[in-house]
Amino acid sequence: MAKNKIRIEMPKQSAESRSKNFEEVALGYTEEMALLEAERCLECKDPVCIEGCPVNVQIPSFIKYIKEKKYAEAAAKIKETNSLPSVCGRVCPQEEQCEAKCILSKAGKPVAIGRLERFAGDFALDEKTRTCAVKFKAGKNSVAVVGSGPGGLTCAADLAIKGYDVTIYEALHEAGGVLVYGIPEFRLPKSIVKAEVEYLKSIGVKFQMNVVIGKTMSLHDLFDEGFKAVYLGLGAGLPKFMNLPGENLLSIYSANEYLTRTNLMKAYKFPEYDTPIKKGNKVAVIGGGNVAMDAVRSALRYGANQAMIIYRRSKEELPARKEEIENAEEEGVKFHFLVNPLEFIGDDDGFVKHIKLQKMELGEPDSSGRRKPVPIKGSEFLFDVDVVVVAIGQTANPVLLEVTPEIKTNKWGNIEIFNEYGQTSMKGVFAGGDIVTGEATVIQAMGAGKKSAEGIDLFIKSL
Amino acid sequence: MTLIIEKETHARNIHKFVIKSPLIARHAKPGQFVVIRAFEKSERIPITICDKDAKNGTITLYIQEVGASTARIAGLKEGENFLDIAGPLGRPAHITKVGKVITIGGGVGSAITYPETKAYKESGNYVISIMGFRSKDHVILEDEMKVVSDEAYITTDDGSYKEKGFVTDKLREIIKRGDKIDEVLVIGPAIMMKVVSDITKEHKIKTIASLNSIMVDGTGMCGACRVEVGGKTKFACVDGPEFDAHQVDFDLLLKRIAMYADEEKESYEKITGKDKDGKE
Ligand SMILES: Cc1cc2nc3c(=O)[nH]c(=O)nc-3n(C[C@H](O)[C@H](O)[C@H](O)COP(=O)(O)OP(=O)(O)OC[C@H]3O[C@@H](n4cnc5c(N)ncnc54)[C@H](O)[C@@H]3O)c2cc1C
Ligand code: SF4
Ligand code: FES
Repeated sequence: MAKNKIRIEMPKQSAESRSKNFEEVALGYTEEMALLEAERCLECKDPVCIEGCPVNVQIPSFIKYIKEKKYAEAAAKIKETNSLPSVCGRVCPQEEQCEAKCILSKAGKPVAIGRLERFAGDFALDEKTRTCAVKFKAGKNSVAVVGSGPGGLTCAADLAIKGYDVTIYEALHEAGGVLVYGIPEFRLPKSIVKAEVEYLKSIGVKFQMNVVIGKTMSLHDLFDEGFKAVYLGLGAGLPKFMNLPGENLLSIYSANEYLTRTNLMKAYKFPEYDTPIKKGNKVAVIGGGNVAMDAVRSALRYGANQAMIIYRRSKEELPARKEEIENAEEEGVKFHFLVNPLEFIGDDDGFVKHIKLQKMELGEPDSSGRRKPVPIKGSEFLFDVDVVVVAIGQTANPVLLEVTPEIKTNKWGNIEIFNEYGQTSMKGVFAGGDIVTGEATVIQAMGAGKKSAEGIDLFIKSL
Repeated sequence: MTLIIEKETHARNIHKFVIKSPLIARHAKPGQFVVIRAFEKSERIPITICDKDAKNGTITLYIQEVGASTARIAGLKEGENFLDIAGPLGRPAHITKVGKVITIGGGVGSAITYPETKAYKESGNYVISIMGFRSKDHVILEDEMKVVSDEAYITTDDGSYKEKGFVTDKLREIIKRGDKIDEVLVIGPAIMMKVVSDITKEHKIKTIASLNSIMVDGTGMCGACRVEVGGKTKFACVDGPEFDAHQVDFDLLLKRIAMYADEEKESYEKITGKDKDGKE
């Protein structure tokens, strides 16, 4: 049989039906599809794709297992370096990472590494097919991980595998960080995150939920309890606002609030679940990144007649992943480019009714290399809305850091680290992920968690 | 999971819970709150910590049945559990010796003024407490408050117990009698805090209010709890909940806390099968 040369598309729910439900958009490969796609991997002698992966997943090796129909082995291979394959297969920007390096990408058709990773990861999630978790004997040395985002989960998993007794402390009632409160069900089903968390439990990681370090316990309390080292994976949890007049009007949300109500609190199942949300007919989401796309696509699913992106530059500059922009367009999201909000105007009860927008044009490139939007004088106009979501980014959450002056932060409030292992200015305390870099990606946070697990291992051995 | 050690229904729709939570009990300070998610499908709601017993590892909460989530909580019994409870959250109250202090509590807000009234007293202040309730069968904490106050007053809207009238009537009376008041603390319905704040502003008496904004996470992550203080946006859960009342935009707060009135009605009716009995 001749080798397959076509990059196999992954089936999706039709745009028509998916824009009305919160279920997962991309349906995943069937076994047959996975086998056809795996066949395309050339098993290069010098696999450059691996360099493109921030955690160096052994890509050709796991794909080879898929070719041999050894799916559990494929998943185990990935898990040697990446404890969350089902998550990464779904949310990693593969087009900029592994797939960008794949030599087949020169012809524009790289191996669909992410989709294969998802296939293998999901195979191993199923209880019947789960790679029987290796039982690691927890040693006498214990490590505390603060924050259960992808960085914290990865650091915990790696330390457990190295034989440490690891406890994760999480402020919220559910483990996963942005994976559970931010990224919507239709991109990353919460059952997947739960299953990955179960895997961590099966290798001995303990979870303490509803504990806010800095409030419920201090960082010093953790050391007093006997932990030898601490990893801080606090994330970038503080939503930015624009400080415009009228920004606190009713039905104006931060993206964090809008998505938390939706994903963590399940407002889309109201009134079965108690947490409400304002659904709105004309929903304007301000911003052009992945978070904005998640919010605007959620608004569509709540039944908005018009779910709109308001972005101050043009389509070329949208920072969101191309795939997500295309998904949004297909589903019926409207994009308003080169407009910038100046003010929000409300009704007598305080609900937002209009945004005053100003038209922009693109000027010279700025420090980021993107052309800078410049306001056009006299171009202001009123735009009707009934729900607004502000998705212009997050900064560092100060809850722990403002009571822990020993940990040095930079002028943006991010933790300063002093070596590749994420060593902070406090002995025995390591940090990584969004709290160090500012908003980045799941896999970068995981990479940092891995590095810190190595650093913590070295640190404890040196004690 | 947090065990309910003791539950008492104190007054109409107000329930006292003593729950086991050693970590929170160890760190809680007056003015701080917890966020509770009682059941899988419940909202996360902020409840101020009324009292704590660090030795026995318990905290005391007063919860008023006002919506769907609190109605479900009201059904919990001793020996049962709250699913999730996180805290202590928010900044502790800044309580020092200033001289003469009036603490004003409205309805279930009285449960919140209690630990602070106690702290004012323990710091050596002369403390006058005023608690206002709708009627006799809404009264809570009367005896406890007497112990920690130099003067303790209770008003009821309908005159069915102690003095008829509002807390503001009593406040005006005390100001009129010429005492030099150094600080006022007010906790209760937003409209009551607004009126108290207007009165004390007129008399230039420093006043602190604890803002009851809507919250989700309670850790500064969402901004649901935004309030405007001195023209600046603040997050009540991490920057507060207590602020200088004279700087607070109460009109905005009043509107924001009513944001989900329609939705609350819908889910309250769904679970209780009865009409909402108007809020305090
Ligand atoms: C809506 C949205 C969509 C995104 N989409 C993508 C995507 O498609 N692909 C991608 O690669 N990246 C995406 N990102 C970015 C990515 O999610 C983050 O970069 C990543 O989650 C950061 O991981 P982290 O481990 O550093 O922290 P987080 O995931 O932010 O987790 C931090 C955790 O720490 C907890 N915490 C904080 N402070 C304390 C404390 N004091 N005590 C206890 N616990 C605490 C928090 O509650 C939280 O659970 C998205 C982000 C958002 C918001
Ligand atoms: S983890 Fe992400 S970057 Fe690495 S191989 Fe998998 S999809 Fe590619
Ligand atoms: S409740 Fe979410 S930031 Fe205050």
